[in-house]
Amino acid sequence: MSSSTLETFHYDNDIVRKFGVASLAWGLIGFIVGLTIALKLIWPDFLGFIPELSYGRLRPLHTNAVIFAFAGNAIFYGVYYSLPRLTKTPMWSQMLSKIHFWGWQAIIVSAVLTLPFGFNTSKEYAELEWPIDIAITIIWVIFGINMIMTIMKRREKHLYVAIWFYIATFVTVAVLHVVNSFEVPATLLKSYPIYAGVQDALVQWWYGHNAVAFFLTTPFLGIMYYFIPKAANRPIFSYRLSIVHFWSLIFIYIWAGPHHLLYTALPGWAQALGTVFSLMLIAPSWGGMLNGLLTLRGAWDRVREDPVLKFLVVGVTAYGMVTFEGPMLSIANVNAIAHYSDYIIGHVHNGALLWNGGLTFAMLYYITPRIYKTKLYSVKLANIHFWFATLGAIFYVIPMYWGGITQSLMWKEFTSEGLLQYPNFLETVTQIMPMYGLRAIGGTLFIIGASFGSYNLWKTARQGSFLPEEEDEAQPIIDPAAGTTEKWHRRLEGRPLQFTALTLVVILIGGIVEYVPTALIDSNVPTIASVKPYTPLEIEGRDIYIAEGCNNCHSQMIRPFRSETERYGEYSKAGEFVYDHPFLWGSKRTGPDLHRIGGKYPDSWHVRHMYDPTSTSPGSIMPAYPWMFTQKADLESIPNRISALRTVGVPYAEGYEELAMRDYRAQADDIVNGLKQNGFGEIEGIEITSDSKIVAMIAYLQRMGIDIKGNTNPWDDLPSNERLRANFKPQVED
Amino acid sequence: MEVIYMLIGFSLLVALIFLGLFFWAVRSGQFDDQHTPSMRVLFDQKSSDKKTNNQKHRDE
Repeated sequence: MSSSTLETFHYDNDIVRKFGVASLAWGLIGFIVGLTIALKLIWPDFLGFIPELSYGRLRPLHTNAVIFAFAGNAIFYGVYYSLPRLTKTPMWSQMLSKIHFWGWQAIIVSAVLTLPFGFNTSKEYAELEWPIDIAITIIWVIFGINMIMTIMKRREKHLYVAIWFYIATFVTVAVLHVVNSFEVPATLLKSYPIYAGVQDALVQWWYGHNAVAFFLTTPFLGIMYYFIPKAANRPIFSYRLSIVHFWSLIFIYIWAGPHHLLYTALPGWAQALGTVFSLMLIAPSWGGMLNGLLTLRGAWDRVREDPVLKFLVVGVTAYGMVTFEGPMLSIANVNAIAHYSDYIIGHVHNGALLWNGGLTFAMLYYITPRIYKTKLYSVKLANIHFWFATLGAIFYVIPMYWGGITQSLMWKEFTSEGLLQYPNFLETVTQIMPMYGLRAIGGTLFIIGASFGSYNLWKTARQGSFLPEEEDEAQPIIDPAAGTTEKWHRRLEGRPLQFTALTLVVILIGGIVEYVPTALIDSNVPTIASVKPYTPLEIEGRDIYIAEGCNNCHSQMIRPFRSETERYGEYSKAGEFVYDHPFLWGSKRTGPDLHRIGGKYPDSWHVRHMYDPTSTSPGSIMPAYPWMFTQKADLESIPNRISALRTVGVPYAEGYEELAMRDYRAQADDIVNGLKQNGFGEIEGIEITSDSKIVAMIAYLQRMGIDIKGNTNPWDDLPSNERLRANFKPQVED
Repeated sequence: MEVIYMLIGFSLLVALIFLGLFFWAVRSGQFDDQHTPSMRVLFDQKSSDKKTNNQKHRDE
């Protein structure tokens, strides 16, 4: 090696530090919001009944903060530290790095400023509204460009396996996010997805599953493959296995999504496909897990002393547990018990707290002393943090497993006479309240640990001196072919056949993007004649349901089990959801399913229940919604929302926008008059007016799941009934 | 249910991108050497890491 060809360059430690601080700070906030909602399940009146702090609005904030702010910033922390060191070149553009950092933080701030105020799409882990969706796309692409250009400019020809995981993360998340975010804006902060009902559910869980796969798994596997060897100072157990792990994992993962929709209206072959691929996933997942752990063979004595290795080991072990559970939960029989229960909450926290959390804290303890050119302030304190984190997670996860299975079995229990053993849903909730208490203790322990960790890292930074730019040197790649952008294009141009094929693929993608939405909208013709679109008042009620996050605790999907049809009524049919933009099937039943709530109780029951749930259901942990009685419904944007819904395929007649308000008033007045006649013109001194949110909410709740019964037409009593019926598609006419 | 064909299409697209990357990786010799890459990652940073065996390795 002649030293004359050596090039000197500098790694940007400043951007690494920024992402690390952001991950830690947002993480603490995300954990505290999580603890808050955990406490709200024990004491519903904790913090009072303030709209912005209600359970349904804070839960999306918690999940988004932990996934995109804590884990998201941690991913970038790991990538911006390891990628330049693996490619022997600084990140391609410091400017893009900065835009990426500040853009991502702005997106998180916008989540904080929208979700608690009721602006959300209801789609899990994709709750942010359309302007933020666009911002996410732009920032994500900037990250991708910066990463790929860095790889192009690399001085190390070989791409270490971690880099492959980073590339897969970028490519797949980009596709997932864009496909799941096809939506038509109605106002600045309100949109409707182009997909409806079953279609929307499919797209959402294709996204949701792969978000876990390619946001919470693959980037962290890349991080594992870099930081375990570095921290243990040992090469990875088998580099060959790591390559097999990567390729098999990414080829299998993307087909496993349907396991979120077992026993729903999804075709059987698709459900079976999802189950088979989910089961296959255990092989690459465990291959990777073992590869990480076996790297430590002969170095286990160091795990005893080094907090970095401790967090890595417990993280990878948790990954092994979670990726065992995942395939098992995809088996239909197991899924029938675990789905909708708190078991799943335990499952995801096992992953989030220990796998993502463990690896993130390992990185923080590894990188911070290095970029501050010092030693960790206190190894002892880090060990205390480790035990708080591990015990906290155990105290969180095991009660959720226990409570989830207990409650699910209670839902399914029949007496010897063939009646439900626990017909009152509330009974199954109060049964597991002690488990909710233990879970909150677990979460508290985890937060205490993280606080110790933050203090330790802060003291470490204080005692060291920050090295903003780290010098390194390497030879450039001598082979001129590698790393140049020109060559592949030149070669392609010389091969007309391949070039044509590639062009065709590009055109096909364009075609899909252009054509599919239209085809999808046309395909949403109702197959059940009595299913009708929502009335303007019901649209408003449905949007309030979404804004309040009711779907965080209530499902709208009755599975075809006798235990469910006995409890809730007729099981849900695909054809009932053709006008549901978005679908609101939910994924967890902290409260009962609501798909057949329509007509089950009188309006006055809903008034009392929404004002104070314990007045109708003593012991209920549902929050009260007093503000629905005082706040006015959003009447102004109703015409815009009707147009947007027509654009996504709901057959409202042209020009119905002008008539909508008349229908709204008529239906609302009808409900208010009915309430007055029954002595519910006011509650606790608050007069119930036709433009209040509660009236719209009641209209929607009473509409749910009744169309299929076919004996009432919600449009019958509305002024514009005749004109509307004439414009409904022929299939709607009976 | 038509959306499932779109999803399969996008999933296949992603799979094809990865397949292309895989073929590129194999052809350009990314996986020819399955030993040194795992070792090389352990040695880095000239300035902050002045262990002698690092220097020795680099000069080989």
